[in-house]
Amino acid sequence: MNNIAEVVKVGIADLNIVKREGVLRTSGLGSCVGVVLYEPNSKFAGMVHIMLPDSSLGKQGVINPRKYADTAVDELVNLLVQYGARKSRLRAKIAGGAQMFQFSKANDMMRIGPRNVKAVKKKLCQHKIPIYSEDVGGTNGRTIEFHPDTGQLHIRTVNKGESVI
Amino acid sequence: MNFSDEFSPFHLDVLKEIANIGAGHAATSLSKLLDNKIDMCVPSVKLAGFNEVMELAGGAETEVVSVMFRLEGDAPGLMFFILSPQQADQFVTRMTGRKSYGQNLNGRDEIGESALRELGNIVVGSYLSALSDLTHVEVQLSVPFLTIDMAGAILSSALVELACDSDRALVIETSLVETGPANSSIDGCFFFLPDADSSAILLKSLGVLGSR
Repeated sequence: MNNIAEVVKVGIADLNIVKREGVLRTSGLGSCVGVVLYEPNSKFAGMVHIMLPDSSLGKQGVINPRKYADTAVDELVNLLVQYGARKSRLRAKIAGGAQMFQFSKANDMMRIGPRNVKAVKKKLCQHKIPIYSEDVGGTNGRTIEFHPDTGQLHIRTVNKGESVI
Repeated sequence: MNFSDEFSPFHLDVLKEIANIGAGHAATSLSKLLDNKIDMCVPSVKLAGFNEVMELAGGAETEVVSVMFRLEGDAPGLMFFILSPQQADQFVTRMTGRKSYGQNLNGRDEIGESALRELGNIVVGSYLSALSDLTHVEVQLSVPFLTIDMAGAILSSALVELACDSDRALVIETSLVETGPANSSIDGCFFFLPDADSSAILLKSLGVLGSR
């Protein structure tokens, strides 16, 4: 992480794309899932930070498509294709989906991490995009940074140090 | 309902006053517990986007010690008491008389964790009983959930339920500061996030919902 590439931040329930130089970064993933889609050797990459598994959970009239796994993955794929990426060459790396609170009672909303991961995988499968690596589940928060030039996803945690997938 | 029924500045002032009274009682409890003087800062009330909520908590990536409660009853919501790891360490050291808890902070130190949960129980309990006395709104506290991790990871995971209804949260924030040398005093911060309907219920109970 020594090069002075521009860091493009991705907020909660948001997405971003880098085309040439730059790294994608999202901070403090808990039960949320960070999905990176990239085309190898093209420096094309996009990242989305989703909060909830399915847009049918939304009770608002107008939903933010970047908040839900199903709609956010669709939007990211479409955007990358619009920018000239070839869908058949896209690969995915995903991280997050932790369970931050240890509840004794089973409560659907509090098991949202695993549900988010499942929803993301289902959607990627529909798009026929292979998942090259993943770091999901557990009980730790994660900050992730994707380097399109190397295709590496750097993951930082508070308790378990750093890793690269 | 959602937060789109914007609050008037008057409503925000009333919520600020509720926070003031709640935190005032919490400060008294903490003061008794630590046997020292506790000051409190002027509360801030803000309707914030999720990314802004993380900024208010010190940044998504900042490591914090958080004691979270789920509020049930007439005005459901979430309540956090947040400390920095250094201050949580100070607190545990003073409560238990043991040294260098810091190294064990993430290593499942049961007595330390228990002390922090109890701290949360005491301060959040007094905050809410004051709020309940004032508004005659009944709220019950869940057991405390202690989490030591990035602020963003903790808050965003707790916000999932609210996120189904809204893209914003009403954040009622108050800090407590112990008087004394900066390196050994204990500061904590309350984050009260009422569910979408609850702030209206609190305002209604005080008879000011219709007023501007």
